[in-house]
Amino acid sequence: MSEVLDVAVRLVVIVVVFLALPLVVGQMEHKAMAHMQSRLGPMYAGRFHGWAQLIADGVKFVQKEDVIPAAADRRVFALAPAVALVPYLIVLVVIPVGPGLFGVDLDAGLFFVLAVMGVGVLGAIMAGWASANKYSALGGMRAAAQLVSYELPLVLAASSVAMAAGTLSLHGIVEQWRWWWLPWQAIGGVVFFVAGLAELRRPPFDMPIAESEIIMGPMTEYTGLRFALFMLAEYAGIVVLSALTTVLFLGGWHGPLLPGPVWTLLKVLALAFVVIWVRVSYPRLREDQLQKLAWVGLVPLALLQLALTGVVKLTL
Amino acid sequence: MARIPGEGLAKGLAVTFKHMVRKSVTQQYPEVHPDLPPRSRGVIALVEENCTVCMLCARECPDWCIYIDSHKETLPAPEGGRPRARNVLDRFAIDFSLCMYCGICVEVCPFDALFWAPEFEYAEYDIRDLLHEKDRLGEWVESVPPPPPHEVGAEPPKEAAAASRPARRTDGEAAGPGRSRAEGGSGRSDETARPGAAAGVSGSGPADVAATPGAAEAGAPAETSAAGTREPDAEGRTGAGRPGADRGTRARREAPRGPAAIRAIRPPGALPKRPSAPGPSGTPESPEASRPPGAPETPRPEPSRPPESPGAAGPAESPGPDSAGGGSAGRASTGEPTGHGEPPRGGPSGPESTDRESAGSGSAGGPAPSTGAESSAGREAPARREPPRALRNVRSIRPPGSLPKKDAPPDRGGDDA
Repeated sequence: MSEVLDVAVRLVVIVVVFLALPLVVGQMEHKAMAHMQSRLGPMYAGRFHGWAQLIADGVKFVQKEDVIPAAADRRVFALAPAVALVPYLIVLVVIPVGPGLFGVDLDAGLFFVLAVMGVGVLGAIMAGWASANKYSALGGMRAAAQLVSYELPLVLAASSVAMAAGTLSLHGIVEQWRWWWLPWQAIGGVVFFVAGLAELRRPPFDMPIAESEIIMGPMTEYTGLRFALFMLAEYAGIVVLSALTTVLFLGGWHGPLLPGPVWTLLKVLALAFVVIWVRVSYPRLREDQLQKLAWVGLVPLALLQLALTGVVKLTL
Repeated sequence: MARIPGEGLAKGLAVTFKHMVRKSVTQQYPEVHPDLPPRSRGVIALVEENCTVCMLCARECPDWCIYIDSHKETLPAPEGGRPRARNVLDRFAIDFSLCMYCGICVEVCPFDALFWAPEFEYAEYDIRDLLHEKDRLGEWVESVPPPPPHEVGAEPPKEAAAASRPARRTDGEAAGPGRSRAEGGSGRSDETARPGAAAGVSGSGPADVAATPGAAEAGAPAETSAAGTREPDAEGRTGAGRPGADRGTRARREAPRGPAAIRAIRPPGALPKRPSAPGPSGTPESPEASRPPGAPETPRPEPSRPPESPGAAGPAESPGPDSAGGGSAGRASTGEPTGHGEPPRGGPSGPESTDRESAGSGSAGGPAPSTGAESSAGREAPARREPPRALRNVRSIRPPGSLPKKDAPPDRGGDDA
């Protein structure tokens, strides 16, 4: 009985975190981006600095009419937002936030995480294909191309950490982590983070969305709640990417003074801020630049990191 | 130079981060009213009392959005001179649905009746409601902010210049001389002068004004040149003169200044505000005949002045005549019509203790200047009473042709009598 209760509590906590953190990140994006542009951002909703802006947005989305194009593949069209969103929820289950604080500790945790995150991109491809819209289809194709390009450096960088730790369990990796892993795995960390950004289709890697040329890409035909789910998936993706980077490269709960979970949360939020910061600072990459960065830049770097990890590991 | 890879990326991040920690430029308008600088082109305020219905604004308006109606009123001259006519403003309206906010009307108004007020929240649901009648235009006056300080040595801003102008009276006097010259009829001039002085000359109104300026200007330059001394005066006045502000000094100063000063020039027929105006005007203008009366008058003006400069009051008493003459009366006594020669005396008149220096300078060395100033400005002593500097209230600015308050008329009457 207690085991069931234990699992139930963990899952409830994970769902709550899954629903709350993306809102926090979204609000942070609103405000940080506004101030980086010398604006104030939302100031009215909720009275105090617009803290309830995203809730108000959600209410608005719920009230909107759910429009499905006549030519759309209705079933796939309706399923796409769920496919985009749910994988991030599942990934969250295996991410440890503190010693013993995790949903499930899988032996093949890292493998599981990378596999499931790849599924998230399928949501965009499905949406693009099912919308019966040329812009959506283009966006879907771009998303697919991006997935193919960036999955490789992502996996290579992650495997470098797995090599260093000698385990695929996320919990095990954090336990093995030492501070000097920071410089040792720095290249891998950067590659992982950048590739993850591209996989999330966040600016400056948002070629699939590129509203200036293909409107909103795969999400062109989506309205109301379905569109809100896509947006939620984007911010949940930021949370998951930040959490994974934290766990793999920044030592998870390791840190002085503060308790472990707080450290994890701080690192996650700091990385989320970097995601926003990068978005505000850089212009969107062209499609060919996007591909070039992956194949000419990130893949060799990831291989270099892999070699470095191997050499150091052997000498130790 | 080898560039560090990623240098540009780091710079980009630095830029955005710097902006984030900087204060944002957003103005939270509905909650926080923007702090607009003086003379912001929000709405045009009308100081009705200053309007002489000269129609310059309406004529200059590119959109023809200013509507002015007026009628003439004839005022009997108290002493039995010829009756004076003056314009009374019946309607002054600006149609802000036509107005393009060029500000030409504000610039062109010779009597400082129009000002920019930084209010902009007067949108209406019906375009016809954008026609602001004079009472509504008058309401904006309260929101006219004081002008920003100018550079040292620059001409005073319009608002301040208006405030510090000499009383019309003086103008009247000055004008008197001017007229006499122009007219050539000394007798007449005298008479006219008297009325002006006494009465008010309120009537002198527009025509006078127009005439005066020209005369004043013309005279002024010459005088200025003649009176190199003037400048000293100006200096004096800046310091001491101000307070004393005595009419003469100020006027003189302004005159010298040049183009800017034009605005400060008072029309000959303009009435002095209060007492000061009467005294001086009476004395100076009707030199010979009125002189005697003038003396009495002078005292009156002084009283009015006292508020400004106690010294002035003093002079008024003893020098009463002198003081009156000081500016104008003095001249009268001297018998000098123009008052240039007189000025010295007038200066001495010492209406203003503070100004004495200036006055003295004016009188002695500065006679010419002073006279010039006076004649040109016409403000002379009389005008002085206004505390120049701070234009607290735009409403306090008197147009040259406006009628004196109550005080003035009586004084005049006395003078005339």
